Amino acid sequence: MLEIKNLHVKLEDEDKQILKGVDLTVEAGKVHAIMGPNGSGKSTLSYVLSGRDGYEVTEGSASLAGEELLELEAEERAALGLFLAFQYPIEIPGVGNMTFLRTAVNAQRKARGEEELSAGDFLKVIREKAKTLKIDADMLKRPVNVGFSGGEKKRNEILQMAMLEPKMCILDETDSGLDVDAMKLVSEGVNALRDEGRGFLVITHYQRLLDHIKPDVVHIMANGRIVKTGGPELALEVENNGYADILAEFA
Amino acid sequence: MALPELKQSATEARLATLSLPDGGCLEAARAAAVSRVQTLGLPDRRDEYWKYTRPDTLVTADTPSAKVFVSGETPIFDGFDRLKIVFVDGVFDADASDDLSLDGITVERLADVSAKDIHWVKDLYGVLEARGQTPVARPLASLNTAFATDGVVIHVTGKPSKPISLIYKHGDESSDALLHHLIRVETGAEATILENGPAASRFNKVTEIDIADGGTLHHVRAQGRDHERRAATHMFTRLGAESVFKSFTLTVNGVLTRNEQVIELTGDDAVAHVAGACVGDGDFHHDDTVFITHDAVNCESRQVFKKVLRNGATGVFQGKILVKEGAQKTDGYQISQSLLLDDDSQFLAKPELEIYADDVACSHGSTSGAIDEDALFYLRSRGVPHGDATDLLTLSFLAEAVEEIEDEAIAEELVTRLEGWLARRR
Ligand SMILES: Nc1ncnc2c1ncn2[C@@H]1O[C@H](COP(=O)(O)OP(=O)(O)O)[C@@H](O)[C@H]1O
Ligand SMILES: [Mg+2]
Repeated sequence: MLEIKNLHVKLEDEDKQILKGVDLTVEAGKVHAIMGPNGSGKSTLSYVLSGRDGYEVTEGSASLAGEELLELEAEERAALGLFLAFQYPIEIPGVGNMTFLRTAVNAQRKARGEEELSAGDFLKVIREKAKTLKIDADMLKRPVNVGFSGGEKKRNEILQMAMLEPKMCILDETDSGLDVDAMKLVSEGVNALRDEGRGFLVITHYQRLLDHIKPDVVHIMANGRIVKTGGPELALEVENNGYADILAEFA
Repeated sequence: MALPELKQSATEARLATLSLPDGGCLEAARAAAVSRVQTLGLPDRRDEYWKYTRPDTLVTADTPSAKVFVSGETPIFDGFDRLKIVFVDGVFDADASDDLSLDGITVERLADVSAKDIHWVKDLYGVLEARGQTPVARPLASLNTAFATDGVVIHVTGKPSKPISLIYKHGDESSDALLHHLIRVETGAEATILENGPAASRFNKVTEIDIADGGTLHHVRAQGRDHERRAATHMFTRLGAESVFKSFTLTVNGVLTRNEQVIELTGDDAVAHVAGACVGDGDFHHDDTVFITHDAVNCESRQVFKKVLRNGATGVFQGKILVKEGAQKTDGYQISQSLLLDDDSQFLAKPELEIYADDVACSHGSTSGAIDEDALFYLRSRGVPHGDATDLLTLSFLAEAVEEIEDEAIAEELVTRLEGWLARRR
């Protein structure tokens, strides 16, 4: 589904190399997790894949379902089925959450040559999905993420994901700032989307999210590279011993 | 004190182009206004109050010409049930206007009223304007009081069932219009005034508004889209106890606009809200100058001004809250913001607070910035194309001002017009 080859990325305005040769393939139907110390380049990877400005790819490639990603605009990548749940969801004063979602859903449908959802159909779908994420009518009406608690913002990301039904979901530290109950809600939301045709890349620091969203493969990222890949047991090793042992192997 | 020579000669040159209309009961007021103009002199670029806006073309003896803009759109407010009063190049057009009778309100032409002798008219005409000359001079308003050729006198005694809609059409490329309106809102009465249209190539308009205790006036205006038109408008408003004044202005295009709001809260518990949204592209200069005086206890004033500027457009905001001694429990709020869509555009702001009471809550803020890149990326990452995302963020920026309008249908109409402006620039 997602294929990243030898990806090198530096900051556009600064002579600072952040990704130094990332290789990673996420197959449809699978959940891959990326763990790694702060500053290792996990968020950068997610931003570069989703098309944020400010980065320069110096080498390597990335494709989604066979389509080259890196030349495309952010909105084109989204229409292809790429979705990033942000580590820090952005607040947009003045734009209602519902309007935002409807605009997004219909923009993607239009880009794919599909018919736009009518207001009525959209309402029906969103009400149902919001309910399972315990997002009330008030949160749907309020401006996007404005005044939302940390947990509400993350649930709102999952709602967007559920509405947009992407092929490839990248979740950047979706567990940070969540209490146990919110973690459960969010994980259930993600698990409900698990599907043979959909891939997941879950970035996290903690095993506890992976207790709920069971990964097929776990990668450790350090200093701009994937330094180790293994099964779910690798996450447990990190949980118990920290990164020191793993990183020492590559020092 | 004698005026500087240049100011003196510019003022005389302008006065020489105008002649005093038949004054009737307003003769004394007009004569007094002429001497105010002579004493103050018309504004020039050396005046501190005109630091950010060049008044030259508002003052010249010759009227700078302005092409008449023909739009394919239906005129704003067309879908609303309203009492229409039409002016063409500053002249009342009886045929195009509705019958002026409506329950709860009396509307008459200024010329007809001055032939009678109505005491509240005499007590208002030029009176608030004259009071508004201190501490800052506004000589263009005095010029208007002296020479205004037309206007309406609106007496709100009840709650009329529909808004009064003043429509200003522009038909002559060299028209120079001076309109002066009076509005008196009686105790417990409530009305909505709508204004729209470019009015003339050069438009000088004064509205004096006296709101009695417990009266309410809503005002929504949409200034015309003619690119080359110029306007200097003044609204002088006095509020009695527990009265309410809410005014909103939308400005789309126009090479030069200066809108002054001079508001005096003279009775306890009064509320005044003034807001504006403007969008300018290229040769566009828009100045909101607001002066609010709190002279009573527990009054609230609120200023919300938003400007979207591109292609070298300029926005100006000068807003002052003056809290007089004894005006305790004043709640004053002011925000002015610009969204600069490119590096060529500019926003010049001068927010001021002057407070002589100790128990007050006043705040002001002014910002200027580009589209929020993070918000833009967030929208695009959800599949919203760059252009649509920019428009959505631009509209959301303006929303805080538009939301000041209480009537939702009117607010929606204005949003539609703003969407149109954005769509035409895609
Ligand atoms: N826009 C930027 N400007 C400066 N430094 C950046 C920027 N983006 C990322 N970095 C740096 O790149 C490194 C990787 O950051 P990030 O991708 O956020 O790591 P992680 O998500 O793994 O914690 C860090 O050293 C960070 O400071
Ligand atoms: Mg990160």
